[in-house]
Amino acid sequence: MKRSYVMESPGEAKAMYQAYHEAMLELVKKDGNIVLLYGDFPRGAAGEFMEKECPDRIYDVGIAEANLITTAAGLAAGGKLPFTHCHSIFAVGRAYNQIRQNVAFDKLNVKIVLCNSGMLWPFMGGSHQIIEEIAALRVIPNLVLISPADQVETRKATRAAAEFPGPVALRLANPPVPTIYTEQLPYELGKAVTVVDGEDATIIATGIMLADSLTATELLAKEGIKARLLDMHTLKPLDEAAVLKAAKETGALVTVEDSSIIGGLGGAVAEVIAENSPVPLRRVGIRDRFGQSGTVDDLKKEYGLTAQDIAQAVKEALKKK
Amino acid sequence: MAYDEKLIKKLEEKAKILRRDAIEMIRAGESGWVGGSFSQADIIAALVFHHMRHDPKNPHWEERDRLVVSKAHCCETVYAALAEAGYFSKKEYQLYGKLGALLQAHTERKVPGVEYSGGSLGQGLSFALGEALAARIGAPRDSSGRPVPRYRAFCIVGDGESDEGQVWEAVMAAAHYQVDNLIAIVDHNKFQSSGTVEERINIMPLAEKWRAFGWDTTEINGHDFNEILSALERADQVKGKPHAIIAHTTKCKGVPSFEHKNLHFCKLSDEMYAQAIEALK
Repeated sequence: MKRSYVMESPGEAKAMYQAYHEAMLELVKKDGNIVLLYGDFPRGAAGEFMEKECPDRIYDVGIAEANLITTAAGLAAGGKLPFTHCHSIFAVGRAYNQIRQNVAFDKLNVKIVLCNSGMLWPFMGGSHQIIEEIAALRVIPNLVLISPADQVETRKATRAAAEFPGPVALRLANPPVPTIYTEQLPYELGKAVTVVDGEDATIIATGIMLADSLTATELLAKEGIKARLLDMHTLKPLDEAAVLKAAKETGALVTVEDSSIIGGLGGAVAEVIAENSPVPLRRVGIRDRFGQSGTVDDLKKEYGLTAQDIAQAVKEALKKK
Repeated sequence: MAYDEKLIKKLEEKAKILRRDAIEMIRAGESGWVGGSFSQADIIAALVFHHMRHDPKNPHWEERDRLVVSKAHCCETVYAALAEAGYFSKKEYQLYGKLGALLQAHTERKVPGVEYSGGSLGQGLSFALGEALAARIGAPRDSSGRPVPRYRAFCIVGDGESDEGQVWEAVMAAAHYQVDNLIAIVDHNKFQSSGTVEERINIMPLAEKWRAFGWDTTEINGHDFNEILSALERADQVKGKPHAIIAHTTKCKGVPSFEHKNLHFCKLSDEMYAQAIEALK
């Protein structure tokens, strides 16, 4: 089984928001156009630097997500490169129309950092765990939606978002995640990474769920099942070519996400294969339920997001081949 | 303060052209927003043909003043002002609201001179705030340490639109950051889509609200050019606070038979069209 760009075993666990700020600290020093906007949110390393060194490039608008997103759009229209920071549930849930109308409609160069993204935000409960962000954002034209998997990919995704001349939403999950990748990881927006090669079935994972999906390929290998693993770090535009290639070459797909499978990555992959290359598909993710309090491990067990669940889904898909 | 009579006369004439052109657009598009488009027409004329620094030959000039019309359905007098100023041809009027038209039913940034794609109410002031902040970042400082912004951002806000909570989020943020190159002009025409502002949800006392939120606030007759120009000039002089101009206006102002009626989104009958053209001669 050929593995690419991944470490022998998982490395240091780090929160994506921290890794994002490591990349941002370098970016804000280089690019005087970057403006950081917060909705009553922790500053992070880049924000702390900006408060000291360039206070006219950092603003907190308070607990007011609508104003946060539209003010960023105005800054972009004024030639600046704004990054907004608030909880994903409130960016997407409370400022959806602002993302659509003020940012995406005119392709304004705003970067929306979706902090504490997805279902796996421990303790906080269903009001804070966003299950709908992938479905909600991927229907908005012009908007790029990315979802890195570990600290290495988060830093690369952050740099790619800054370079891309248009609106980008960046999903950053809350818990520290083990380091999967080596710095050799190539990162191109819209291009899935083949993390593990295999011909029996393909696991297509995104974000924080990549680590468990990688473990699932190891579990399956022990049973003689060679599963391919694709890191779908860009959810919009989806790498349809990689999905179709996987469908054609492996004949069975499993999607894995920390989000609702309705309209999420599972929905997106289903749309692509249904029109072009129908093959058995299983979708691992949130199945039409709200979240709840709990540890990350307990949440994964309760919502069927463990490596064992992923491996089981692969076996079910294989049976339908 | 009394301004030069010639200037006032010129602006009155321009405002009449804006209303007349708007009628032609609404006639061509078979629908439109007479009421709010006409109540703001004098304010738009004062801004576009006198007060704002802008260059129709160079719509992307970085130091131009910005005009964000937050109540973007009132697009006809905005389009008319921009066409009259030379940003695009008045031939576009005939395609207003039709498939593939430059002039969409709500303002869009693809139109030369338009700064803001609106249609979802309550958002324009936040957008103008962002534009105003962009003009301050990295700007030189005056002797008291305040930034000398590269341009000003003007925002026309509807009174009915002020029901939207986001307006007040932006009002708070602009005062907090002392964004004194941001000027909000409330087109206080007392009506919204389905009734009077007072009936729907009372927003009074309006000027006191803006003042209480920390804005330098004046109240004027929004159809008196001397008062409009004077309030705009004051906004340049008072430092350290954003500026609100509460402009008392009349919905449908300019066509006596329409005035004080809530012609919000409407079609123009042959009779109404004839009345409007007669009144705006």
